[in-house]
Amino acid sequence: MLKKALIALTLLAIGLVVWAAWLGLAWAPPDREMGDVQRIMYVHVPAMEMSLLAMTLNFICCVAYLFRPRWSTDSLAEAFAEVGLFFGTYGLVLGSIWGKPTWNTYWTWDPRLTAMAIGLVSYAGYLALRRFVDDAERRAVWSAVVGIIIAVDVPIIYLSVRWWRSLHQVQSSPATVDPAMVHALRWNFVAFFVVFIVFVMARYAIARARREQEMTPPPLVLEAAR
Amino acid sequence: MSNALELHDVSKRYGRIWALARLSLVLPEGQSLLLTGHNGSGKTTLLRLLATLFRPTTGRILLFGQDAVSGREALRPRIALLGHHTFLYDDLTARENCVLLARLLGRPAAEANALLERLGLGARADEAVRTFSAGMRKRLAIVRLLLKRPSLALLDEPFGELDPAGIQEMEHLVRDLSQAGATVVLATHQVEHGQSLCTERLHLAAGRAAQA
Amino acid sequence: MRPSAPPGLLSTAWILVRKDLLLEWRSRARANALVFFALASVLLFSFALGPDTTFLRHAAGGTLWLAILLASVLALGESFRVEQENAALDGLRLAPADARALFLAKALANAVLLVLVGAVILPVLFALASVDAVLGLGRLAGVLVLGCLAIAAPGTVYAAIASHARSRDVLLPLLLFPLLIPAVVAAAKATSLVFEGDPMLQSGSWLGLLGAFNLVYWSLGFALFPRVVED
Repeated sequence: MLKKALIALTLLAIGLVVWAAWLGLAWAPPDREMGDVQRIMYVHVPAMEMSLLAMTLNFICCVAYLFRPRWSTDSLAEAFAEVGLFFGTYGLVLGSIWGKPTWNTYWTWDPRLTAMAIGLVSYAGYLALRRFVDDAERRAVWSAVVGIIIAVDVPIIYLSVRWWRSLHQVQSSPATVDPAMVHALRWNFVAFFVVFIVFVMARYAIARARREQEMTPPPLVLEAAR
Repeated sequence: MSNALELHDVSKRYGRIWALARLSLVLPEGQSLLLTGHNGSGKTTLLRLLATLFRPTTGRILLFGQDAVSGREALRPRIALLGHHTFLYDDLTARENCVLLARLLGRPAAEANALLERLGLGARADEAVRTFSAGMRKRLAIVRLLLKRPSLALLDEPFGELDPAGIQEMEHLVRDLSQAGATVVLATHQVEHGQSLCTERLHLAAGRAAQA
Repeated sequence: MRPSAPPGLLSTAWILVRKDLLLEWRSRARANALVFFALASVLLFSFALGPDTTFLRHAAGGTLWLAILLASVLALGESFRVEQENAALDGLRLAPADARALFLAKALANAVLLVLVGAVILPVLFALASVDAVLGLGRLAGVLVLGCLAIAAPGTVYAAIASHARSRDVLLPLLLFPLLIPAVVAAAKATSLVFEGDPMLQSGSWLGLLGAFNLVYWSLGFALFPRVVED
């Protein structure tokens, strides 16, 4: 049943991505100041939003695990971390591509970019930790601890553009943006969100399967016991 | 009289191996249990579980009527473990190691000093543990155990590395502990030494209770 | 059985801090090696960054904190190796000693060691980079202490984790360095301002960042360390 849902969602995701890509690349009008370069926003912004969402959900799973240890929670945390790292790296690369023609540089040390870079390396470290601990229960507890510690960075990534004067744009609201662009952006959000769900489901299934493989089932009662 | 130990269907897993498998056990207060079994049978795991070093994977452990996991802060002052590791700092002196424990227990340093004398370590008490032989380290570990005045004494292979005189001393120690009312669990594969000291016996094989 | 009066959380932490500092003093050959490593780092940075003395003067703050950061990885790893030798940490847990007191003691002792390393490097840095504490030694000491505390708190938590994992020598810096970036940046900037003067009064914000970092990570370490060492 899960497999069918996954296949259905994957097809939906593909369809949505194609639709949203058309909206963003062809249908929406070019930006008044930046021209067609601005179209990267339609993929960069949703990618980053998904990354931050994943990081936040990872944090929630880590806290949940420390209160109620469940393999499902631990596997979800692992899935969110990896998907968050993927979307974040993707978004960062897209941002760099946008940066070159816009600010004339691929990278700059402004607070939001710095915070995001720190975040990505942190989650890479989180995943490395999981690889280097063999005992499944310890791995779950320790990565929950590390996940909580590195989550401090996430609100900083989000709020940095509001707190400090930085090169990165402040969040815009729909009121100030052309409705056609808003429309295209919204569809891209939907598309990315469905892709996000597909990735998390698949990655969760892999993590769960690995946990099952690591554990032998509890021993049965033997007849000749004392 | 209440029970010192109650194990209800306790299992402990390390990775893919079940070190203990569905073990149930009751030991009344003041009794002493001889724990036998080959290497890898789960004796050390059981002792470490009883010491509240970690929690069981499944099942429940009650020590003196309290849950060993939720009540471990309250239980630990009453439990002492003589294990494979000595819990010592090699760079500190024997005295410093013992006085550290005394302070953590809220006891005066004089108690630690007295025990060091009693176990024949007075002369070398101010030398670093790094210079001690295995036998001396064992005696130092015994000082730490006695310092706690435990209600539950857990001894993991206490006769290992001891010469006949040392073995006799150890047997005296176990008898003293029992006479003081402590509950003792003694794990050894040298059954001949432990047999006379203990009122009950449990043989483990592959993490389960078995016939000896 | 005579009832005893076991020490409270802070008293336990104080007992353990003295133990940790005593251990560091006893194995001071190790502390010496740490200082020499940090000094060698300072020299390496100075040579690698070139002979331009103006540039070296501007980079002095960063050089100091990079050297301390590198030394911290060694110091933090070592502070738990000594607990693993004879399972002494288990002995402490069973004493019983509250795991939070263990954290406070370890982190504080590590911070003290790092401050010592920094204090030894500074005169060398003064000479090599031709800098001086324009804003005063008091301010410099304050930055040094705040920065070392900031490194020690999360470092102690991560060192405890790494000491039980594979590839611990790689894992500790991998986890620790990204986390410490804000603290190291703030400390380095604040130090540079002490060396070069602060006409635009920026020190406040950098020290504020260091202070906030300390507050957050000492609290988190205090709350989470028991989950790392206890099962």
